[in-house]
Amino acid sequence: MAIHAESLTKRFGNFTAVDNISFSVEKGEIFGFLGANGAGKTTAMRMLCGLSRPTSGKAVVAGIDIVKDPERIKKRIGYMSQRFSLYDDLTVSENMTLFAGIYGMREKDIAAKRTAVLTRLGLYDERDMLVGSLPLGWKQKLAFSVSIFHEPAVVFLDEPTGGVDPVTRRQFWRQIYEASERGITVFVTTHYMDEAEYCHRVSIMVDGHIAAMDTPSELKASLGAGTMDDVFYMLARNAERIG
Amino acid sequence: MAEVSVRNVRLSYGKIQALKDVSLEVEEGSLFGIIGPDGAGKTSLFRIMTTLIVPDSGSAQVCGYDTVKDMMEIRRLVGYMPGHFSLYQDLTVEENLSLFASVFNTTVQENYSLVEDIYRQIEPFRKRRAGKLSGGMKQKLALCCAMIHRPRVLFLDEPTTGVDPVSRKEFWQMLSRLRAQGMTIIVSTPYMDEASLCDTVSLMKDGRFFKTDSPGAITEKFGKHLFEIKAGVSTVKALDGLAAIDGVQACYPFGDRLHIVSSSLSLAELSERAASAGYDISTLAECTPTVEDCFMDFDNNDYE
Amino acid sequence: MRQLKAFVKKEFLHVFRDTRTMLILFGMPVAQIILFGFAISTEVRNIDLAVVVPQSSEVTRRLTEKFDASEYFTVRKILRSTDGIERYFRDGSISMAVAFTPGFADEMLSPEGAGIQLITDGSNTNTARTAAGYATAVIKDALSEGTAAEAAGIQTDVRMLFNPQMRSSYNFVPGVMGLIIILICAMMTSIAIVREKETGTMEVLLVSPMRPQIIILSKMMPYMALSIVNYLTILLLSVTLLDIPLSGNFWSLTLLSLIYIVVSLALGLMISTRTRTQLAAMLGSGMVLMIPVVFLSGLLFPVESMPGFFRVLSGAVPARWYIEGVKKLMIEGLPAGMVAKEFAILSGMAVFLLAVSIKNFKLRLQ
Repeated sequence: MAIHAESLTKRFGNFTAVDNISFSVEKGEIFGFLGANGAGKTTAMRMLCGLSRPTSGKAVVAGIDIVKDPERIKKRIGYMSQRFSLYDDLTVSENMTLFAGIYGMREKDIAAKRTAVLTRLGLYDERDMLVGSLPLGWKQKLAFSVSIFHEPAVVFLDEPTGGVDPVTRRQFWRQIYEASERGITVFVTTHYMDEAEYCHRVSIMVDGHIAAMDTPSELKASLGAGTMDDVFYMLARNAERIG
Repeated sequence: MAEVSVRNVRLSYGKIQALKDVSLEVEEGSLFGIIGPDGAGKTSLFRIMTTLIVPDSGSAQVCGYDTVKDMMEIRRLVGYMPGHFSLYQDLTVEENLSLFASVFNTTVQENYSLVEDIYRQIEPFRKRRAGKLSGGMKQKLALCCAMIHRPRVLFLDEPTTGVDPVSRKEFWQMLSRLRAQGMTIIVSTPYMDEASLCDTVSLMKDGRFFKTDSPGAITEKFGKHLFEIKAGVSTVKALDGLAAIDGVQACYPFGDRLHIVSSSLSLAELSERAASAGYDISTLAECTPTVEDCFMDFDNNDYE
Repeated sequence: MRQLKAFVKKEFLHVFRDTRTMLILFGMPVAQIILFGFAISTEVRNIDLAVVVPQSSEVTRRLTEKFDASEYFTVRKILRSTDGIERYFRDGSISMAVAFTPGFADEMLSPEGAGIQLITDGSNTNTARTAAGYATAVIKDALSEGTAAEAAGIQTDVRMLFNPQMRSSYNFVPGVMGLIIILICAMMTSIAIVREKETGTMEVLLVSPMRPQIIILSKMMPYMALSIVNYLTILLLSVTLLDIPLSGNFWSLTLLSLIYIVVSLALGLMISTRTRTQLAAMLGSGMVLMIPVVFLSGLLFPVESMPGFFRVLSGAVPARWYIEGVKKLMIEGLPAGMVAKEFAILSGMAVFLLAVSIKNFKLRLQ
């Protein structure tokens, strides 16, 4: 089990951002974490990354208790968000070395792995280019490679494909599949409902609860919906916390 | 005469060419969509149309006025909602709306009927600071502020980016109602599925329009065969395998299916080849392309 | 008019809703004045003094008594000569020495006059400066009580080591005023404008029929009002807390301050037209305004003792003229006519800077 959360709750004053959620994610699974704006996705994700302490409940990520040992979790996970991922004023290989170093990889391991990853991405010739000068799609792919460079047990992706063109978006998902096939668990949020279909399982959060959790096809079948877009709309349209 | 027209506009930032010869015509009362990923040049184009930037060459007219010469006339007639959230976060919902009304020399009361529909949804939170609203509500407030002066043309730069699907759907319903009232709306979005909600769309990439037409006409002119097949979850192998079939140009995931593009193969031919390659073809069928399929197809081909 | 009213109201709301801004706005002037107040009232009292009397006389005795009786000095040592006096400075037993010449009483009556040397601890310049000022006052005071012959014979030629200026601390008040006004007007105005660029609201304002003059005016008005409040606070505090009498005309001083406020606002506007982020605006105001104000305005280093180049440069610093004007009006109590030059220069700067910054205010994003 890569992630196991039990009655996870986070309150801010008398506002319950995350209300008693429980779920498990298998090793190598691609888990889509969906929800309306303000439903509590970000708060839940922060707790699982060891950045925020739950008010009650417990969770184990990559075998580590998030309450007892939040610092050790950070070494076992990768993280990528649309907003921040790489330093624009460092080169491709400098970024890789930096993040690998942050996650405690040894220098000689870094050098060998860096060459391998760059070659696989087809970015070897661009290794000395500043990240800021790369097209957005390449940046995104590079950012993902960097986030799993240290072979984490779980990688958290927070809206990784926002604003990316459809071709690059699919190339990005191909990377996600490859990572998953190598045994890396992928925990991903997205606003693209077609991407929800690419996940092994999805959960949909509404008002701090998990309103539904299953495989995309089961969710569609049980609600009689044609697409994940319809599923989402049916579940989230009556949310109290208006998005 | 078109309400908005852009002719052969070019714009560079240093060495980077943001817009390479862009032209468009928007009819009065229509909903015009500019669809493209980040970095396509959407925002630069909006800034030229809203008089904020002077193009290097080419010209743009809004409501019959030139964006360079008649800047102030245009500023009176249009509403603009920039890409990033641009309300005063430390002012309340109410304060923001009445401020923007004053900026445009009008009052909330005067044009309340126009925004009523949308404002009613955020009214329960009128005493809340704009910064404390969540994504969808911010968008609604920003839209109210952008049209409180009853503009002739409404420019919305990526109003639905980062907004959840429910709020997006509601936002587009609001736009249809506004169009029904006769307002001309130009909207940009990176979400391909929103294209079908526009009267006319321009597909944009790398500073160029490569297709401008009604969504229906765009998909009709796809000009290739498109097939879909349900695939198991582990799709990487299936993708590579199907793409390798002779006569297949592309194979990519599309929702819970895979789409297969071929200009030469018929369904029967593809079925035969896929079956002999060991695939379960019970779900293989020909399907209608979407704007997203067209976008990806154009993406790999030459510009118009 | 409706636009302006709504916009000014909005600016005030921004200020009042940001606790940090409020704290800087109203906390800073009070804190600075109180700090200076403490520096004067406690630190420069009970200065440990050594009196060096090579040859005792009635006059030297009277002067020594005067020093001891003063609340500012405590006579710790009476020495015969200045030899090895550094030792006492080093071990902290004294922080100042008054040395008479050997034939002081006789020299006093001679045509050449007599000499008194004040030795101060230059490592603590402010205290030294103040102490020397007090000592001079004590000596003058004591001698004026003596016989006419004595008073005529004494040339109070006091030389202070390390700092020839002999300025008392309350001369800092005009400096503080110059600093705070430029800080609030320029920094706050530029940040307020650039913040709108950063959040994207400026884009919306530009694509509206609002005239740029109105945007500029409504950005200036709140900070102008706040600066006036601050100006009055500083004035009130320095009169009540620091016992600095307002010797000159209040209205002339206020008019001068208003002109200086406009200059500062225009500077802020100019910075805002050249920067894109709040951080850059802050650094810009820091580099472009704070450094010249602190180093070239006469706040720390007297303009008269600057090397030629810097003296010329200081002429371009508005704060220099303001501080000089305030000193004349507030401390020296001179009539407004004597400050005509300062008035003229600051008004010229105000008109010039305002014109340039309004002209440079961009109507587009490029």
